[in-house]
Amino acid sequence: MTPPDDIAVATPASATTGTARKRNAAPPRKQQSADGVRAVLRRTLRLRGARVGLVLMLVVMAIAFLGPLFSPHDPTATIGSPYALPGGDTLLGTELLGRDVLSRFLHGGAVILLLSLLATVVGAGTGMLLGLVAGYRRGVRGELIMRSLDVVLSFPPLLLALLFMSLLGTSPLLVLLTVAISHVPYVARIVESSTLAVTGRGFVQYCEMIGVPRRRILTGEILPSIVAPLTVQFGLRLTYSISLIASLAYLGFGRQDPAVDWGMMISQNQSNVVGSPWPVLLPVLAITIVTVGANLLTDSFGRAVGVDLGREG
Amino acid sequence: MVKMILWRSVYAVASLFVVSVIVFAATQALPGDAAVAKLGKNATPAALESFRQLYHLNDPLPTQYVNWLGNILQGRLGVSFATGFPVGSLIGDQVANSLVLIAATVVIAVPLAVVLGILTAIRRDRATDHISSVLMLVISALPEFVLGVALVLLFATNVSQVLPAVSPVDPSRSIFQQLDLIVLPTLTLVLLVLPYVVRTVRACMIEALESEYVTMARLKGMSERRVVLRHALPNMAGPTFQVVAQSLAYLAGGVVVVESVFQFPGIGQAFVSSVLSRDLPVIQAVAMLLAVFYVLVNLLADIGTVAMTPTMRGGTR
Repeated sequence: MTPPDDIAVATPASATTGTARKRNAAPPRKQQSADGVRAVLRRTLRLRGARVGLVLMLVVMAIAFLGPLFSPHDPTATIGSPYALPGGDTLLGTELLGRDVLSRFLHGGAVILLLSLLATVVGAGTGMLLGLVAGYRRGVRGELIMRSLDVVLSFPPLLLALLFMSLLGTSPLLVLLTVAISHVPYVARIVESSTLAVTGRGFVQYCEMIGVPRRRILTGEILPSIVAPLTVQFGLRLTYSISLIASLAYLGFGRQDPAVDWGMMISQNQSNVVGSPWPVLLPVLAITIVTVGANLLTDSFGRAVGVDLGREG
Repeated sequence: MVKMILWRSVYAVASLFVVSVIVFAATQALPGDAAVAKLGKNATPAALESFRQLYHLNDPLPTQYVNWLGNILQGRLGVSFATGFPVGSLIGDQVANSLVLIAATVVIAVPLAVVLGILTAIRRDRATDHISSVLMLVISALPEFVLGVALVLLFATNVSQVLPAVSPVDPSRSIFQQLDLIVLPTLTLVLLVLPYVVRTVRACMIEALESEYVTMARLKGMSERRVVLRHALPNMAGPTFQVVAQSLAYLAGGVVVVESVFQFPGIGQAFVSSVLSRDLPVIQAVAMLLAVFYVLVNLLADIGTVAMTPTMRGGTR
């Protein structure tokens, strides 16, 4: 899971603040500063999968975040008989309780996508910090961090989330936290092993010898070298977040009626999918497109930076 | 080898202990009040108090935990808040139903995945391989319920009405007499685990085909069929076993959603409905069962992988 040397990624931070030190420390690494973020992005976008994935994601995000502006009706207002067919006032008919399908669809995506993004940022961020410390400091502290994270791994993520919601009830914050927690050990593992691999290298040991503060070494030297596997993890985890949060919503642990989200829209109208497919089909398509898009983009990025997408969990 | 098995077993027991603490903590020790959760916010203080007395909710937490764990270890799973029946008899049938579902999934998915993995490895970078890898990428991105609902849309609506959309298994008859009901849930689960196994088998096969012993076998003039089946294939046993066991563990979570999609009366649906109705004893029992299954299968994965990989057998990890 360690990035091959010839395709390590440099962030602008290391390219500017760390140049002088690095030139002395590790001459062979100089090619990495030439191979900056922009080059990696260009290499990624040259792959067809990346372009397709990006477009798919952007389309669904536009629907979810800009959609409410174009909603023809109030998503909570009953405007017709249940399961009215498309036509007249409603473009795509009405759902279970006679509310406009299109309006509810346009309003139902933002929460899920926003929560997924936040949960991924919180989870991957925490996992990154713990993994960095565990990988760099090793020893008892590192072991302690990694072993206690393993506890989370003894539960299927969905089970853990449901368990906490059984007594605390469902709130967006709780959904965010439980989903974030389920990401931490996976991200920490990847970051720990990548960090371990870098820590032994010459340029880090040189910095330690000349007395660069530990924190500077972590942020200036180690972090840039693990950006590639970390970004891949972020993409993978984002896909899982969307999956998990949509699943929770589908099972009834998302927003509560009359508010709407895509998962709940599917479960509410599933029993009459034969009579009126739209209220099920639209959110199913949207979730499919956004998760497949995220996966394609991550996959292509992983290929461009040479990180193996070891999928687990 | 023996040392490693012992270590892993100790580790598994330790995880199970931690799991029990988490299950207990999440359900009984958190600030939320089980009595209020069950009886509602309008319950009289006296009713709440007698409820707490009945279920010993006023004892100190460590005492509650020890009693709870003791009961579970002796197989006394408690009495359902919602129905008043013992939890054991309530979920017995559902456990059996889920096991049938999981068994059917494994029996279908594993051979299918191995064949697909070998095929795509042999035809690497050709049309078959590309189509398969795109399909696997799409499937592995989808949430379980989306895949399930998509299959319902395909096979149980106007598109083609060949299978039942929901699977309300009749408890008075054997599940084996109602096999049409488990087709769609099984198909969903098969598709869910397929990408992981196919990917692993394909990667191992490609590695094996590029190895020196395969080149040697080819140079000796051995038929390609024999090279693949007799020389390359046996080396995939370890990794394949590991990924299959991991898929099984994944199924512990997967059944929860898939059973709900099809209203299949299994352990997963029991869990969701007990969480929705806040039926504490059922939640605890089912969560423990699923977690035990999860931990045991992971243990099996580790031990089996070492046992099946000759180079690892000698190690004392």
